[in-house]
Amino acid sequence: MGSGTRIGRVRGLGSAKHGAQHWLQQRLTAVGNIVLILWLIFSFLSLPALSHGAVTTWLSAPLVAVPMMLMIVSIFWHLKLGMQVMLEDYVHDEGLKLLSLVALNFYAIGGAALGLFAIAKIAFAGAPA
Amino acid sequence: MDDPIVLTAQKSHKLGNNMTGNPKRPLSPHLSVWKWGPAMTASIVHRVTGNGLATVGAMLLVGWLVAAASGQESYDWYMGWATWWPGKVVAVGITWFFFQHLFGGIRHFVLDTGAGYELKTNNFWAKMVWAASIGCTILVWLIIFWKAL
Repeated sequence: MGSGTRIGRVRGLGSAKHGAQHWLQQRLTAVGNIVLILWLIFSFLSLPALSHGAVTTWLSAPLVAVPMMLMIVSIFWHLKLGMQVMLEDYVHDEGLKLLSLVALNFYAIGGAALGLFAIAKIAFAGAPA
Repeated sequence: MDDPIVLTAQKSHKLGNNMTGNPKRPLSPHLSVWKWGPAMTASIVHRVTGNGLATVGAMLLVGWLVAAASGQESYDWYMGWATWWPGKVVAVGITWFFFQHLFGGIRHFVLDTGAGYELKTNNFWAKMVWAASIGCTILVWLIIFWKAL
C-alpha cells in the first residue's frame, strides 16, 4: 500500500502490469485451439476405425504426434488462463482463492504433462498390445 | 482520513447507495431494472462451456490418450464406456460445448475490436452462435452415425 495519500492508495491497489499479457495469451491459445481441435475432429471423422491398433499407429506418425502435443499445450494453457479468471471472479475468500489457484496450476501443468507423456510413449515406445 | 472525498464516500455508504444522501436524486445504473437477453445468455454460456471443457473435456481427452498408451485392454475399457449410451450423451454434450465455446469465442474476438455492440446486432450474433454450434454438432454426429452404419 502507499503512504496514505490518494495517489498512494491507487498505486497500492492498481495494475500488476500482467493483465495485457494474460489477455493476449488467452486469445493466442484460443486460435491455437481452433486450428488444432478442428484438426483432431476431422482426423477422428476420417480415421477408418478408432480401434487401439488404428489409433496408436496413427498417433505414432510425426505429423500426428507433434500437432497432438501442441494441442495439449494449447488446451491446458488456455484452460489455465480461463479458469483463473473464473476463480478470481467467484472465489472471494483470499485464502481459498490462493488455494484454488495453486490447485488450478497443478491441474493444468499435471494434466498437460500426462497428455504429453502418453503421446510420447505411443510415438517412441509404442503402446503394449 | 480527513480527505473530503473519503469522508463523503464513508457518509454516503452509511446512508445507503445514494451518493449525496438526497433520496430524490435519481440512481444510475438501474441495477434492478433489466430483462434477460440473448447477449447475457451468450456470456454466461461461454463461461459454463469453457469451464466444462476445461474440466470434463480435458480430463476425458487426456484419459483417452493415457488409455491408448497403457495398452489394448485399458483402451478397450475406455472405449467401452465412451460408446455406451451415457458415454455417447457426454460425447455429444462435449461436442456442443466445444462448438458453442468456439463460436462464442469468435464472437468475443469481434467484440474485442469494439464492433457489434449495438443492441440488435449484439443479440443477433448471440443467437447465431447458438445456431452455428447446434448445426455443427448435428453435422459431426450425423457423419459419425452415417459412418457407423
